[in-house]
Amino acid sequence: MLAATDLVIDIPERKSGTPLSFEVKAGEIWGILGPNGAGKTTLLHTLAGLKKPRAGSVNLNKDNIQQLRRKQVAQQLAVVFQNNGEGFPATVLETAMIGRHPFISPWDIETADDLAIARNALQRLELSDLEQRLVSTLSGGERQRLAIATALCQSPKLWLADEPSNHLDLKHQVQIMGLLAEQADAGCGVVLCLHDLNLAAHWCDKILLLYPNGDACWGDAEAMLTVTALERLYDQELSMITSEGQTYFMPVSSRNARRD
Amino acid sequence: MAGVKTNSTAGALPRFLTPLLVLFILTLGALTLAITTGSVHISNQELWQVITGGGEPLHRTLVFELRLPRALSAFAAGGLLAVAGALMQVLLRNPLADPYVLGLSGGAAVGALLAMLSGLSAAMVSGSAFIGAMISAVTVFGLAHGTGSWTPTRLLLTGVVIASGWGAAITFMLAVSPSDQLPGMLYWLMGDLAYARSPWMALTVLAIISVLMLPLGRSLNVLARGQMQASALGVSVRPLEWTIYISASLLTAFAVTTAGSIGFVGLIVPHMLRLVLGNDQRLILPAAALAGGALLTLADTLARTLIAPEQLPAGVITALIGVPSFLYLLHRSR
Repeated sequence: MLAATDLVIDIPERKSGTPLSFEVKAGEIWGILGPNGAGKTTLLHTLAGLKKPRAGSVNLNKDNIQQLRRKQVAQQLAVVFQNNGEGFPATVLETAMIGRHPFISPWDIETADDLAIARNALQRLELSDLEQRLVSTLSGGERQRLAIATALCQSPKLWLADEPSNHLDLKHQVQIMGLLAEQADAGCGVVLCLHDLNLAAHWCDKILLLYPNGDACWGDAEAMLTVTALERLYDQELSMITSEGQTYFMPVSSRNARRD
Repeated sequence: MAGVKTNSTAGALPRFLTPLLVLFILTLGALTLAITTGSVHISNQELWQVITGGGEPLHRTLVFELRLPRALSAFAAGGLLAVAGALMQVLLRNPLADPYVLGLSGGAAVGALLAMLSGLSAAMVSGSAFIGAMISAVTVFGLAHGTGSWTPTRLLLTGVVIASGWGAAITFMLAVSPSDQLPGMLYWLMGDLAYARSPWMALTVLAIISVLMLPLGRSLNVLARGQMQASALGVSVRPLEWTIYISASLLTAFAVTTAGSIGFVGLIVPHMLRLVLGNDQRLILPAAALAGGALLTLADTLARTLIAPEQLPAGVITALIGVPSFLYLLHRSR
């Protein structure tokens, strides 16, 4: 569905590193992991066609995404951004409703169908009670869920989400990852930037590790998520714990260790 | 997709129509008041006779040759400024933006004052003001756009600096002007409709741009969420921003050409409407055209009657009406 070919993302004053060539297929959840400043967000924006690559190309169903009209892209691909604070005051319902924008022709206004889609999405994210609230009055977690509800209104074939679990409590983290997994099972492709190794280990099929110097490697999640690779990635000692058949990665640190 | 269109429209149309209807009636009221008040009072009955082709010759002359052109000019200028302000606020995503923030009025003022200093006719003053505004718009656009990256902050900063440059030029020209020309220049700078005779050009521009903006309204709503988000939702951001910039510049240029640099309408009217009607640009833009027009029509009526036979600059009255009512709405909203 979404294929990168010899893709080099454009980060100022950084050498090009490993060109990326991979394809996000229907039903797959990809996790992009890397330390701060490694270029996870830049890669996500490049994959969404919002940023020009330095070299190589991104193809959305065979078409170069840079050559497609933005409206055509938006009808298939939704982006969940990391910061959702910018902009004019708007209510929760209005914000969810703009997810329908790519599907309404300029001279038309939203139909009852669009309203129903928006209400469903809000209900799915447990935001129905906040429908008429101003976005500026929401908590960080509520805003994050609203951003996902807006993307859900776009009924995308491809989800590109920048840290979708940001600001979310544990219950909602699981709920959102469940929703994304459900989308993948229904035939969508999903790409996530993640900081939480355990979410990556439990939910992702494929992992792409992005190093601050521009190096990268990618492959099946089980093969990529090893203590050695992740320790090198984050420059941090890790330990791996297995409990009830699931793997957990934890940084090795404690206050006691500091005192030694 | 045809099936979708035939469905009911989620209550959006009635939600838009009621406020617009109220504002339309308000506009008609303001225009009627402007036509009937003045040194010679015309009663509603007499006005009706004049409109239907009868009435006294004096009344006919008053209405058709003096008061109606002036009232329509005021309406057009107010509407142009309010729509331009609403557009600039979306373009710059900054609530402090108004039609003049990018230096258009400064350019127009320099053009107008130069023409006055050279002793040109009123029509030439208007033309010169228009040229000044357009020079300013093109300069800001070119400089802000120069390297290809155009962020609202960069555009705003360029505009503000150019505006202060014009400001210095205006002060210089006022300082060196012969004293008998100063009152006319100051009146122009404060906004004055005394010489507005032909409203049709401004009204046409207002109508054309309002209609052009109708299909863009929803895209503007999306753009108001930020460039990235808008782009992700299928808006071609760069062409849309250029369209807004060019439209707002044209609106402002025609407004200042008609009425001088009238303050507050472009800043306050869009905000008042947003406080009352919410933030849907599809409603705000036509509402701004009506409300801005009505406000300036009222202000100009007051300006020429309050201390009659002397006249005040209309810009002073828009501020006197606009500032307290805006502050009241702002205070009430929190």
